[in-house]
Amino acid sequence: MEKKKVHEPLILMSKRAEALPAWKSWGIRLIAFLLSLVVCGFVIMAVSGLNPFQVYATMAKGALGTSKKAWVTIRDTMTMLCIAVGLAPAFKMRFWNIGAEGQILVGGIASAACMIYLKDLPTPILLLVMVIASLIAGGIWGFFPGLFKARWNTNETLFTLMMNYIAIQLTAFFVSLWENPFGSNSVGIINSQTKAGWLPNMFSDGYNGDYGWNVVIVLIITLIMYLYMNKSKHGYEIAVIGDSENTARYAGIRVNRAYVRTIVLSGAICGLAGFVAVSGASHSISTATAGGRGFTAIIVAWLAQFNSIVMVIFSFLIVFLQKGAQAIASSYNLSQEVSEMITGIILFFLLGSEFFVNYVIRFNKGRKVSK
Amino acid sequence: MEVQNAIKMENITKRFGKVVANNAINMELHEGEILSLLGENGSGKTTLMNMLSGIYYPDEGQIYVHGKPVTIASPKDAFDNHIGMIHQHFKLVDVFTAAENIVLGLEGEGKFDIKDVNKKVAEICEKYGFDIKPDQKIYDMSVSQKQTVEIVKVLYRGADILILDEPTAVLTPQETTKLFAIMRNMQKDGKSLIIITHKLHEVLEVSDRVAILRKGEYIGDVATKDANQQSLTDMMVGRSVSLNIDRPEPVNVKPRLVIENLTAYDELGVKRLDDVTFTVNAGEVLGIAGVAGSGQKELLESIAGLYPVASGKITYLEPDVDYTATNEDGTPVNTPKELVGLDPMSIRKNGIAMSFVPEDRLGMGLVGTMGMTGNMMLRSWRSGKGLFVNRKDPEALANRIWKELEVVAPSTEFPVRRMSGGNVQKVLVGREIAQSPSVLMTAYAVRGLDINTSYTIYNLLTEQKMKGVAVVYVGEDLDVLLELCDRLVVLCGGQVSGVVDARNITKEEVGLLMTQHRKEGAE
Repeated sequence: MEKKKVHEPLILMSKRAEALPAWKSWGIRLIAFLLSLVVCGFVIMAVSGLNPFQVYATMAKGALGTSKKAWVTIRDTMTMLCIAVGLAPAFKMRFWNIGAEGQILVGGIASAACMIYLKDLPTPILLLVMVIASLIAGGIWGFFPGLFKARWNTNETLFTLMMNYIAIQLTAFFVSLWENPFGSNSVGIINSQTKAGWLPNMFSDGYNGDYGWNVVIVLIITLIMYLYMNKSKHGYEIAVIGDSENTARYAGIRVNRAYVRTIVLSGAICGLAGFVAVSGASHSISTATAGGRGFTAIIVAWLAQFNSIVMVIFSFLIVFLQKGAQAIASSYNLSQEVSEMITGIILFFLLGSEFFVNYVIRFNKGRKVSK
Repeated sequence: MEVQNAIKMENITKRFGKVVANNAINMELHEGEILSLLGENGSGKTTLMNMLSGIYYPDEGQIYVHGKPVTIASPKDAFDNHIGMIHQHFKLVDVFTAAENIVLGLEGEGKFDIKDVNKKVAEICEKYGFDIKPDQKIYDMSVSQKQTVEIVKVLYRGADILILDEPTAVLTPQETTKLFAIMRNMQKDGKSLIIITHKLHEVLEVSDRVAILRKGEYIGDVATKDANQQSLTDMMVGRSVSLNIDRPEPVNVKPRLVIENLTAYDELGVKRLDDVTFTVNAGEVLGIAGVAGSGQKELLESIAGLYPVASGKITYLEPDVDYTATNEDGTPVNTPKELVGLDPMSIRKNGIAMSFVPEDRLGMGLVGTMGMTGNMMLRSWRSGKGLFVNRKDPEALANRIWKELEVVAPSTEFPVRRMSGGNVQKVLVGREIAQSPSVLMTAYAVRGLDINTSYTIYNLLTEQKMKGVAVVYVGEDLDVLLELCDRLVVLCGGQVSGVVDARNITKEEVGLLMTQHRKEGAE
C-alpha cells in the first residue's frame, strides 16, 4: 500500500465532561504556581545572574520578615480583599464595574472629611460616622452607572471608568483644600497628635501598631458577603441575572432594580475599602490612595470565581508578591520592572491553569489504520 | 452487478472526553443513491457526518471516497473530495446576494466577474429546478430559499456527494415536497446524497436505503422498500414503541384566556404580531402552527408578560369564577383580569398560575450554570419570609422530578447546561407542571428530543389537559400537531391565518394556511 501523507492535528482539546473534584482542580492550580516559580527562577538567573532560591528567600523576608512587615502585608491584603469582595456581586451579575478606583477614592474622601471636620466626636461614634459616610459615598459612585445602565442601557464599563477620573479630580481638589503643611501639596497625616478617626490598635499601642481591626472589619464583611451571595434571595437574583438576563425576567426578577441595588452595594463596599485605607492604614488621602488596587482586585475576584472566602487566599498571594517584589528590587538593585515581571509570570500561570481545570488535552499518538 | 461506493467509512470512532459519540462505524454510501441516516438525538448522526465534511477528525478508522483512502482534516479537504454538507444552521451573509454568498471564500483565477458567476448559478438552478435568483439578497429570502442557496453553494463548488442535515425541520410540507423533487433530480444527475432526518414518513418517501444509528453504534441498514414506520422506529429505539398519541375527548371546555387584537413590535419597529385574536380554552390542547418566526415566540412571551404589547387585550378568566353573575345595578360581580401591562411577577401576584416552557430553554427557561435545585428555585425563590432563600422545598422537588421523569444526571446539583437536550427539557417541563398551572404554554417542547422523551412530554401535556389546564402547544411537526391538539391556530407573518379543528383537517390544508396571509393583510 502506498504511503500517504497524513496531516493530523497533533493536539486534541476538549471540554471536560464532568467538573474535576475540588482537590484535583486545586492541585492543578498549585502545580501551576510551583511551575511559575521555576520559570521565574530561570528568568531571574538569566536577567540578573542571581540565585533564584536566594531571591525567593528575600521575597519572603520582604513580605513577612519582621512583625511590622507582616502586619503591613496583612493590612494591604485586607484592603485588597475588601475591594475584591465589593466587586464580586457586580461581576457575578456580569456588570463590569471597573470603577472601584473611584469608589475607593470617594470613600476615602468621605472618611478624611469626617476625620478633619468631626474630630471632636468620641472615637466610636466618629468611626461609625466614617464607616457610614464612606459607604454612602461609594454607593453614590456606583448608583449613577447602575441607574444609567438600567434606564438607558449605557455601557457600564465606560461609565464606571470615567467616574474614576471624576473621583481623581475630586481627590486632587480636596488635597489642595486640606493641604497641610501649606505648600506641601499633600494632606499629610491627619490628626497625627490626637489620632481621632484612626482605627485603634488591637493588641499593642504606640505608633508601630497592629492592624487587627482592619482584619476584623474586612473578614466580617467577607463573611457577610459570602452569605449574601450564596444564601440570600438577592444573591440568587444576582446569580440568575449573571447567567441570563432573559431567564431572570422570565423568573419575575425585576432586573433593572437588581442592577441598581447591586451596583450600589458594590460601590458602597469599595467605598468602605477607602475608609479602611484611610482610617486603618495611611491616615491621609491622596490621588494615590487607591493605587491601582481597584483594578488588581478584579483579578482577585475572577481568580476566586467570586467566592469571597477563596478571595482571602488570592488577595494574600497578590499582596505577598507585590511586597516581595519590592524587596528584591531594593535589596538587589533591580529595577521595579523585574519584580513586576515576576508577578506577571506567576499570574500568567495561575490564569492559564484554569484552562487545564476546564479542558482535557490529548496528544495524537499516531492512529492505527485498521486493515 | 457490483455497486460502487461513493463513500465507505471503516471502523470510524470518535470520542468526546469519556463519551463515545461514534463507535467503530462501518457505513457505505452507494453511488447515485439517496441514503437516509436515521437515529435519535445523541445517536451520533451529525458527528459522523461532520467527520465527512471535515469539521471533526476521527480518532480511529479510515474513510474512502470512490474507493480511495482519504484524510479529511478540514472543510477544504472535504471540498477537494467533492463532499458538500448543508448544515442545519445556515451560514450566509445577509446583505450579500445569493451569487455573492455562493462564491464567498472561493479563490478563483484572474478577475472576479460577478456576471459570470450569476450565469453559472442560473445554470445550476435551471438544471435542478431551484427557485432562486442569483442577484437576490439573502435578507429578502424565505427560509427555504436560504436553504436552496446553501445547496447551490456546494453544487457550485463541484460537490457530487451531498449531506443534508435535517433539511426539512424548517420547511412547510409544500416546501419539503419541492426539496425532495430537487433531491431526486440531483440523484438522476449521478449525485449521491445523505439526508439526516427524524421524520419517518420523509425517510420512506425520499430515500433508497436507510442506515440506522443508535447510541453511537451502527445498527444496520435496510432498503426503504422493505421498511415501514414501525420497523424503523423499533430499530432506532431498540425496542417496540407505540407510535400513537392518545387524544382523549376534552371535557368541561371553558374559555381561560381571551386574546383580542393583539399587536406587538420588536426593537426595530417591525410588526411581529398583527391583530391576533383567539381564545385558549381550559381542558384543551391548543396547537399553534406556523413557519418558524411567524410570531409564535412573541405571542407566548406577550402572554407571559415578557414582550411589550403595543395594543390589544389578553383577558384571563379564573377557573370556578362565575363571570355571568351581576350585581343589582347590572354591573358584573367578577371582572376578568387583564394581563397586558403586567410583568411576570405581577402576574404571579395576581394569583395566576401561568407556566411557560420557552423555546430557548437554557437562555430563558433555565439557568445553565445551576443544578436542578437552583433551577427549581426560579419559580419559588421569592417564597418564604426574610432575606434568605428556601432551598429545602426546591431540593425536594428536584429530587422528585429527577426520579419521576428519569432525568439522567449524576446529582441534582449537576449543572443543567451539561445535560443532554432531552434531560434539560424534562427538568424544565417537570418544573412548570409542578407549579399546578391553570395555563401551560410550551414552545417547541419536543424539539431535539428522542422519540421516547417526546412521547413522555405528549403524555404529560395530555394529562394536564384532562386536569382542566389550558394547554398551548407551539409545534413544528404538523403530524404531531394534528394528532395531539384539539384545535389549531395557524400563524403566518404575525397574523392568524386560521383557527381550525385539528381533528378534521389535513396536513396540506394547514400547510396552505401557514403560507397564506389574510386578504386584507396581503402585500
